[in-house]
Amino acid sequence: MSDSLTYAYYPGCSGTGTSMEYDMSTRAVCEKLGIRLTDIPDWSCCGSTPAHTVDHSLSSALSARNLQLVEKMDLDTAVTPCPSCLTNLKSAEHRMKKDEMREKVNKLLDNPYNGGVSTKSVLQILVEDLGLKALKESTIKPLKGLKVAAYYGCIMNRPPEVMNFDDPEHPMAMDNILKAMGATVLPYPLKVECCGASFGIPRKDVVMRLSGKLLDVADDIGVDALVTACPLCQMNLDLRQTQINSATGAKHNIPIFYYTQLMGIALGMNEKEMGMDKLCVSPRKVLDAIGKEEKK
Amino acid sequence: MKIGVFVCHCGTNIEGTVDTAAVAEAAREFPGVVFATDTMYACSEPGQDGIIEAIKEHKLDGVVVASCTPRMHEPTFRKTLERAGLNRYLFEMANIREHVSWIGKDREANTNKSVDLVRMAAAKLINNKPLNAKFFDMNKKVMIVGGGVAGIQAALDCADGGLDVILVEKTSSIGGKMAKLDKTFPTVDCSSCVLGPRMVDVAQHPNITLHAYSEIEEVNGYVGNFEVKIKKKASYVNWDLCTGCGICMEKCPSKKADNPFDEYLGKAPAINIPFPQAIPKKAVIDPDFCIKIKRDKCGVCAKVCPSEAIDYTQQDEFITEEVGAVVAATGYDLFDWTVYGEYGGGQYPDVITSMQYERMLSASGPSEGHVKRPSDGKEPKNVVFIQCVGSRDKSVDRPYCSGFCCMYTAKQSILTKDHIPDSQSYVFYMDIRAPGKMYDEFTRRAMEEYGAKYIRGRVSMIYPKGDKLIVRGADTLMGDQVEVDADLVVLAVGVEAANGATDLAKKLRISYDNYGFFMEGHPKLKPVETNTAGVFLAGACQGPKDIPASVAQGSAAAAKVLAMFSKDQLESDPAISVVDIKRCIGCGKCISTCPFGAIKEVDFRGMVKAEVIETICQGCGICTSTCPQGAIQLQHFTDNQILAEVNAVCRF
Ligand SMILES: Cc1cc2nc3c(=O)[nH]c(=O)nc-3n(C[C@H](O)[C@H](O)[C@H](O)COP(=O)(O)OP(=O)(O)OC[C@H]3O[C@@H](n4cnc5c(N)ncnc54)[C@H](O)[C@@H]3O)c2cc1C
Ligand code: SF4
Ligand code: SF4
Repeated sequence: MSDSLTYAYYPGCSGTGTSMEYDMSTRAVCEKLGIRLTDIPDWSCCGSTPAHTVDHSLSSALSARNLQLVEKMDLDTAVTPCPSCLTNLKSAEHRMKKDEMREKVNKLLDNPYNGGVSTKSVLQILVEDLGLKALKESTIKPLKGLKVAAYYGCIMNRPPEVMNFDDPEHPMAMDNILKAMGATVLPYPLKVECCGASFGIPRKDVVMRLSGKLLDVADDIGVDALVTACPLCQMNLDLRQTQINSATGAKHNIPIFYYTQLMGIALGMNEKEMGMDKLCVSPRKVLDAIGKEEKK
Repeated sequence: MKIGVFVCHCGTNIEGTVDTAAVAEAAREFPGVVFATDTMYACSEPGQDGIIEAIKEHKLDGVVVASCTPRMHEPTFRKTLERAGLNRYLFEMANIREHVSWIGKDREANTNKSVDLVRMAAAKLINNKPLNAKFFDMNKKVMIVGGGVAGIQAALDCADGGLDVILVEKTSSIGGKMAKLDKTFPTVDCSSCVLGPRMVDVAQHPNITLHAYSEIEEVNGYVGNFEVKIKKKASYVNWDLCTGCGICMEKCPSKKADNPFDEYLGKAPAINIPFPQAIPKKAVIDPDFCIKIKRDKCGVCAKVCPSEAIDYTQQDEFITEEVGAVVAATGYDLFDWTVYGEYGGGQYPDVITSMQYERMLSASGPSEGHVKRPSDGKEPKNVVFIQCVGSRDKSVDRPYCSGFCCMYTAKQSILTKDHIPDSQSYVFYMDIRAPGKMYDEFTRRAMEEYGAKYIRGRVSMIYPKGDKLIVRGADTLMGDQVEVDADLVVLAVGVEAANGATDLAKKLRISYDNYGFFMEGHPKLKPVETNTAGVFLAGACQGPKDIPASVAQGSAAAAKVLAMFSKDQLESDPAISVVDIKRCIGCGKCISTCPFGAIKEVDFRGMVKAEVIETICQGCGICTSTCPQGAIQLQHFTDNQILAEVNAVCRF
């Protein structure tokens, strides 16, 4: 693979904790595909949800610090698997285009950020820089017989003028990746709906309702599993699935994968490497069915 | 030259920020000026009389009026001069309203700038020459392009006024969108009962020649003498023989053709007459679906046609018509809503457009007037209407209001209750725009008598759940989210300029706005004229318009044509370019820059020279700045006149 596939990698806090399997599978898949990810040395938290609700310049400074570190690495693109980190990094970039904001933020930093770094999601570089063709060619164990729906969540592509990737109302990047790797991808009408995000803590009822609806519709269209790209979405749907069932009286039993986990399987890697054992809803049946011809 | 200067107050419009008396005072010192005064309203009757008196009393040869824009009153004052016995081109106007008093508040600076503008006008006037218009003959025939209700009205009014009318329609029948409608607001009377007889009148009127299934290929000439090349598209049916009996449609084995008249609900036979009341009622073969034309098999229609009208080898035909005026009435098209991913982007069969619903409601439509869900044919109970889909939405580049959707949505909610008494309509709206006569009453009736539930807010998403569609939106009056379980969703899609409108505008040399709607000559005072003399507008081609407004404009355009043709000859504007034959070196640069094709090459004693075709030249002056020899000069704006102005303003 060409040299251009080298990026500064920003795992984000959840990648080192609650969504470890996302981080593991992302690193493994990228390595397998010849994408070089170098961790940003001494990276810090992007501020997650709370920071930007409190102060835009402080929250931008948290992200700008990380971007400045990338500048020092002599790399021009930072990638992250987490859409929330992505939003913060990109918003900081966007806000700092205004001189006034740039000055304010740089005053807060030890070393000023000069604005030479662009941020992308791992999803975006897989589709745009590597390409679907390469994915198809690298597939060893096609995801045949697997009926899935891709769930992007509400912030991966929004707001469009900041995120600048795919369609804000009807994204297709994950759909296309999964299709290229042999899965049957069903059209999922709620692919950009909100799962309730961090309301899981103060207002559990909101998450029960919103995530419940996501699972209802997924069951309605008859998926074997949902595929996500966001640690928080995955957690609400997976970890809270039993809570949702008891709150709404539903009987969902839908495994919730990170798309990188399924990619890893298709690339011939083992389940352990993909952190499959870290999922709450057991993916056993679904994983066993992959590649088996449908019996009539 | 003895010049008189009149500085207008325009009430407080000018006087508020310009010391007009001081401007007049200063003007008295300018070369040639023998009289200067300020005046309250120069354009009023006493104002004009004052100018005439001064011309007589001071034996003036020319007049400067410093006032508003020449667009508004130049013709007024030119007439004033003529009434006083002067040539109308010995007049100059200085715009001290739009160019001065309306844009700055500093009275001293404004007064100084006004003085400069008057100085320039006077300096130019000294170099003005009397010019006289020429007269030329015109062809008193009119062409109407587009046979919707606006075009039909214009055609009938012109024909009733005694003119020969040529009506060109691109589809195989006239009637436009109105022919597709079921009932019309605010009277809820049957659309085809109103329109049908008018369409028959067109067919039967001795003065109207109808070219259906035809398009404008090329337009040449100028006001009074246009030459229009028309393409009569191959229909593969000899229309002189076809009686419209429709046997061919019944027997045609290929019944999978697109059905634009029914808005693509259902399919049509490959040979088709779009609807029973079509005018002309003639069959057209869709070559993409005709088995005979595609694969040289079948040929059934030729066998069954009692009049032997079928001709599989027919070709496009070109004819030329000569007319003196053209009315563009090409109407509108509907916004392609499938860009709205949040509404399913065209993937959910039970999300349909307002026009599709209109066809569904129509007794002659694809479901014979029964409201059925496209997915399973069931009768819907909860019908949700969403307004402003592709209107008032910057994100899809449609910031404007489409005008009639509020009204037709109210109509459709009323008709829904009529068709299905136990149904419930929900209307998501932004605000209700119903300003016409009996319009507000009509939308209230929809709510109060027919129980349509109006919810103010945009819909953020539609998604299928089981066999229902969940419509989620905001209720901005309650400040809450709402979700409605719908059986059928009808999108009030917005209005766009007709497909191909800008191409036609270029052929007609008329202007169009950012969105492809044709531009009127003046938004208030010339609503049906264009910037090109002899070309008029009617109906929704100028902007979204409902039927009453389209018809009114059709009549207005006809009145303008009749007024123009009531004269024996047309006057040409003498402020056009003239070639100095001695200086012209025949390089042809002017020919290639003239946007109107007004300059031609002529042979002058064996030498190539340029010559201006007087009737086509619009006086834009592009050629004068192009000509390397200064050989081509725009009368009334010669190099000398413009240089005199420049010298006047740069005199230090
Ligand atoms: C769903 C719906 C319901 C409506 N209901 C009502 C109602 O109840 N009451 C009401 O007052 N209004 C209603 N309207 C509005 C109504 O349709 C318009 O006001 C009316 O059709 C405008 O007439 P028009 O002649 O200007 O344009 P059109 O009806 O669009 O006619 C234009 C004609 O020009 C032809 N044409 C286009 N381009 C060319 C070309 N280049 N060369 C030759 N021919 C060309 C077209 O084929 C067409 O025949 C409704 C509109 C919609 C969408
Ligand atoms: S083509 Fe022949 S069969 Fe068809 S409508 Fe015309 S006359 Fe009748
Ligand atoms: S003035 Fe304009 S329209 Fe007239 S000949 Fe010159 S370029 Fe053509």
